[in-house]
Amino acid sequence: MTMSVKRKVLLYLLLTLTACIVFAPTFIALMMSFMTSQEIMTGQIIPSSLSFENYLEVFQRFPLMRYLLNSLVASLLIMLGQLIVASLSAYAFVFIDFKGRDLIFFIFIATMMVPFEASIIPNFHTIRDLNWINSYQGLAVPFFAMAFGTFLLRQNFKQIPKELKEASEIAGIGDFKFFLTVVLPVAKTSLLTLAVYGFLTSWNMYLWPLLATTDDRYRTVQFGLRQLQSQEQLNEWGIIMAGAIIVVIPTLILLFLGQKKLQQGLTEGALK
Amino acid sequence: MHPVELIGVSKSYDKAEAVLTDIDLSIEEGEFFVLVGPSGSGKSTLLRMIAGLESITSGTIRMNNKIVNHLPPKDRNLSMVFQNYALYPHLTVEQNILFGLRAKKVDKAEQQRRLKETAEMMGLTDLLTRKPKQLSGGQRQRVALARSVVSEAPLCLMDEPLSNLDAKLRAHMRIEIRRLQKKLGLTMIYVTHDQVEAMTMGDRIMVLNDGQIQQIGKPIELYNEPANLFVASFIGSPKMNMGQAMIDNQHLIIEDTVNLPLNVAEIPQVIKRKGITVGVRPEHLLYAKPEEANLFLEIINVEHLGHETLLTFEVGTQLWTAKWLGQWMLEVGQRVPLKLLTKHISFYDSQSGQLMQAPLNKSQLEVVAL
Ligand SMILES: Nc1ncnc2c1ncn2[C@@H]1O[C@H](COP(=O)(O)OP(=O)(O)OP(=O)(O)O)[C@@H](O)[C@H]1O
Ligand SMILES: [Mg+2]
Repeated sequence: MTMSVKRKVLLYLLLTLTACIVFAPTFIALMMSFMTSQEIMTGQIIPSSLSFENYLEVFQRFPLMRYLLNSLVASLLIMLGQLIVASLSAYAFVFIDFKGRDLIFFIFIATMMVPFEASIIPNFHTIRDLNWINSYQGLAVPFFAMAFGTFLLRQNFKQIPKELKEASEIAGIGDFKFFLTVVLPVAKTSLLTLAVYGFLTSWNMYLWPLLATTDDRYRTVQFGLRQLQSQEQLNEWGIIMAGAIIVVIPTLILLFLGQKKLQQGLTEGALK
Repeated sequence: MHPVELIGVSKSYDKAEAVLTDIDLSIEEGEFFVLVGPSGSGKSTLLRMIAGLESITSGTIRMNNKIVNHLPPKDRNLSMVFQNYALYPHLTVEQNILFGLRAKKVDKAEQQRRLKETAEMMGLTDLLTRKPKQLSGGQRQRVALARSVVSEAPLCLMDEPLSNLDAKLRAHMRIEIRRLQKKLGLTMIYVTHDQVEAMTMGDRIMVLNDGQIQQIGKPIELYNEPANLFVASFIGSPKMNMGQAMIDNQHLIIEDTVNLPLNVAEIPQVIKRKGITVGVRPEHLLYAKPEEANLFLEIINVEHLGHETLLTFEVGTQLWTAKWLGQWMLEVGQRVPLKLLTKHISFYDSQSGQLMQAPLNKSQLEVVAL
């Protein structure tokens, strides 16, 4: 369908406008991170000169490197854990025939309705009793089993023709080998989507690290950001914004990388 | 010793409705056995049960005299070609062909030898590095065939492998598959819903309808002596002409419109006089000189196929077709003189649908044995 020029102009104008609105807070944060406190007070939007002082300051004043590292380790752990658990369970729900499979899947999916906040206290007890407070496994393990991941992968695995499984059965390829050599490569697009999604949500999580860690050695960036704010009576917004920008950067990198891969994966398509 | 034997095999998916009932069948070594039937008749189910992909509800399956009811597919020493080819989309043609061999831990040199041989035989040598989505339908089909050939399993199962191809390629692949099967001495069980494919490829054919065996036999037997009305109308193209008939005082009355003199003594097996269905092959509805004709019918359609002409007539409630060799320039609406001989008519019991009397001379002139 071809659009008239007028429509096109209007559409692009609208898109530009919404993009500006969405991007504005990030832009202001970026600008503020380059300003001195005085400049911020005057309410300028564009800094008069680029100063990286806030960035140096934030690294000097807080163990930001440590926080970043902790977040990275925890998020990677969660991402990997989710991939393994979700792909294995999705495989069972699609390719293995067992009694009550659909019922179990239904119950499994129903847990999506329970927000993590509701189970946070029992989880906290478990982690505490395991002596996992202040540890990476304490940060990560409660997030391994996630109904959403299983659901997403199951939908994708279901599109794999069952003849592929049957051909493997005839050739004498067992379930696990079929899973590794056929299902995972064929479904790699969804695995990637799930990986990116898992990484981002765990990178941004705040409440759980707050409970599961008491020691700076295991605290994560989101928590660190919060610390920046409450330390002074008078908030040094420049420093806070610098911290925020640093925290956002890995997320952006991942999104950019992921996007390219995702598109590649999507065009692969067609099974027959 | 039979490579495959089914004894009283039945199948129902949900305990209520039987998809297959009481299948008795034995397949000979090196035979090209075709399973044919309309959609939903249970062909795939039967094939998948032989492969071990589907459990059997009752009965026994034997392979080489061993009961294999509960043997997993990988231990049955067979290969299978699926209707949608089931190629692994992320692997190259070469990897697809060798996938099974890798799993069976066949050694590398042997793998390469078989790959080379099979690829040459299938004309795939130049395509080995491609992915399935970069192949045409016919090429994919050859990869699927190659994958089954390379396993060197003595029994090969195929489920409608040609149904996705165009008519020309299909005709070509029919010959290819047939030649390959003879060359490798494979025992083949081949499923199709296309009766032409069944007739042209099979050493023996089994016609299945509603989960029940209708007839098993050589293509010519099925054509000449269809055991019941279903087989009669299923095998042959254009299909056999049928009509309700009764015998009255040395006359055969078909559809209340055709009246032929008949010597009842010629058809001793027809004991009924009413409730008869007669069948006539289109090539047996012959043109005759007006003075020799015993039947005059009005043409309602003419189809020119080049080497032969198909004419459609109305007989009572039925449409009958005649197939004449050559090009006949006839007009719709014309009345043509025809000759219908008793010896060409099959007689069926209308109620049971079973054959009472086969055509007396089974196209003696047409069957030429060398
Ligand atoms: N997994 C299943 N569960 C329940 N019923 C099934 C299942 N598979 C097949 N059937 C039923 O069994 C009957 C026979 O199916 P089958 O696939 O064997 O037919 P077919 O002869 O191969 O037909 P086609 O030519 O269309 O492939 C059909 O009525 C079908 O609905
Ligand atoms: Mg089928």
